[in-house]
Amino acid sequence: MRQLLLWVGHTCNRLRILPQKRFSSSAASTPKICIVGSGPASFYAAQHLIKTLPRAEVDIYEQLPVPFGLVRFGVAPDHPEVKNVMNTFTKTAKSPQLRFIGNVTLGRDLSLRELRDAYHAVLLAYGADEDQELGVNGEKLSNVLSARRFVGWYNGLPRDTDLPVDLNVEEVAVLGQGNVALDVARILLTPIDRLKNTDITEHALEALSRSRVRRVRLIGRRGPLQVAFTIKELREMLALPDCITVCKLQDFEAVRPLVPGLERPRRRLTELLCKAADSSPSGDLDESKRHFHLVFFRSPLSFYPSPDVPHAVGSMKLVVNQLDGQQQAVPTAITETVQCGLVLRSIGYRSTQADPALPFDTGRGRVPNISGVVHPGLYVAGWLATGPVGVILSTMTQAFGVGRAVEADVCSGRVDASQARPGHTAVAKLLSDRGVTTVSWKDWERVDAVERSRGEKVGKPREKIVDVQEMLAVSVGAGGT
Amino acid sequence: MAKVLAFSRILRSLHNTKYISRSLIKCQHTSAPLQCSSKTQPLPKKEIVEVTFVKANGERIKVKGKEGDSLLDIVVNNSVDLDGYGACEGTLTCSTCHLIFKKEDFDRLPDKATDEELDMLDLAYDLADTSRLGCQIIMRKDLSGLEVRVPATVNDARS
Repeated sequence: MRQLLLWVGHTCNRLRILPQKRFSSSAASTPKICIVGSGPASFYAAQHLIKTLPRAEVDIYEQLPVPFGLVRFGVAPDHPEVKNVMNTFTKTAKSPQLRFIGNVTLGRDLSLRELRDAYHAVLLAYGADEDQELGVNGEKLSNVLSARRFVGWYNGLPRDTDLPVDLNVEEVAVLGQGNVALDVARILLTPIDRLKNTDITEHALEALSRSRVRRVRLIGRRGPLQVAFTIKELREMLALPDCITVCKLQDFEAVRPLVPGLERPRRRLTELLCKAADSSPSGDLDESKRHFHLVFFRSPLSFYPSPDVPHAVGSMKLVVNQLDGQQQAVPTAITETVQCGLVLRSIGYRSTQADPALPFDTGRGRVPNISGVVHPGLYVAGWLATGPVGVILSTMTQAFGVGRAVEADVCSGRVDASQARPGHTAVAKLLSDRGVTTVSWKDWERVDAVERSRGEKVGKPREKIVDVQEMLAVSVGAGGT
Repeated sequence: MAKVLAFSRILRSLHNTKYISRSLIKCQHTSAPLQCSSKTQPLPKKEIVEVTFVKANGERIKVKGKEGDSLLDIVVNNSVDLDGYGACEGTLTCSTCHLIFKKEDFDRLPDKATDEELDMLDLAYDLADTSRLGCQIIMRKDLSGLEVRVPATVNDARS
């Protein structure tokens, strides 16, 4: 046994010249690892595992028939450069060590127990796709929506395709001041000509071209020093054509003296905010332009129906906050009412517990873990592990770290890979018995080609297929072009 | 302006097809797109330059490139083993090609960082006063022999 473990250890050294024949009789040399989810965390972890465990088989199970998670469904259509990471992920996917199995849902088509029995190690990276609600009156009115679902709507996430969003309104309130909030504000305020050559979905482009939106308020409960968006996204917003950024100068009075003492990233971001405040128009607004308001120190108290469309939101009451010594928002007695025909809520996201056997922190909406390790053999990466924070670099860094933890556990024997596991063979049988249609990487490449060719006809990098049944049909070569 | 935009779009699509056009993309981010046209004319034979990448674990990787290559081009063309380096492929939308220079080298780099580059650097780990993005550093003959530090990306293993 000791000897065997030593041998398994050998497969982990980056030595690629190993006595092949000795191993061919022993499946112990093939650590079988599966990853659930196919976004950046998944692909970066897979990249690490393929490189450092050259004998490992890595299988990626994805709920949708198409890969890439938030790179496809989260990154804004007017940020095509960010999607270049798909080239690296594709390279990883084409490794003979990797298998992509799309259209498989953990907790529905397969249980965690079944995956754990089939594989030596299971790494979950299915993200955080449930949004936090405010819990205030009127939240159920129509056109009070999750910003993430709005993103899913314009990015072609199948479950959000039919989101009932009405853009026949002038005033929009976005609750939250992170990058998702800024993304949805930008999409609503961008001249339509700038979007029509992106991979934005046809239905969203059509709706946005008829949008009457003139004003978007980005409302935060705290102040300029606490914004969560990043500076690139703010700079982009300030440079948007025919759109004027509006701030209240008094919101910045307490901030300015603190600027020189801030760490560089926060300092530069705050300096840019101060600059925006300085060039903010005073007096009447130019009604021929669109306006983007940065609203600080406000929390929603309740939503009220519109007088014209009684089931839809028309206005909201906000309470004015102050910051206490710990920089937390404390409500005052002052309230105000603002008009809003559409509310997009972006105050936080949480993961769901995909399977009852998965340890889960319901309060924080994520899986408890230490550097991605739940316990040897079970791992979490990306937002399921960290909560929905950070840019792609943070996810990459975290996912490489989890990849290293899996590698270390396999190499040290904490994950016992000496006994063969069936891996995908067993899972494929379960899926076939259950009548689940799966999508391979080759199948995805057919979908990819059809999307690109449809896009080419309308001057877009791709026209995304937004319906799961159509994705499946195209993936097997039906319903082409 | 429309022409400039169309041109940069062409550059971008060119760029998406292969790595080597990245040095052209650089022009997108400067205020003088006309510089790009000069690059399309025949250039004198490019000199070979040398760069040493020093990884966080102390490993030193010495590689060759050509004048006009960005440091990212040199990493890619030499398949230097740096995980995750250059995720956005030189389009100034990530900070995975972060490098830290020696003070004296930093001071003699031909172009100062633009606001857009600094915006991305602000999201990098181990940000230093002499940090730059490798995709924005275009090699010249006089920079040959350069030694740059590749910061450890993994120092953020949050639970």
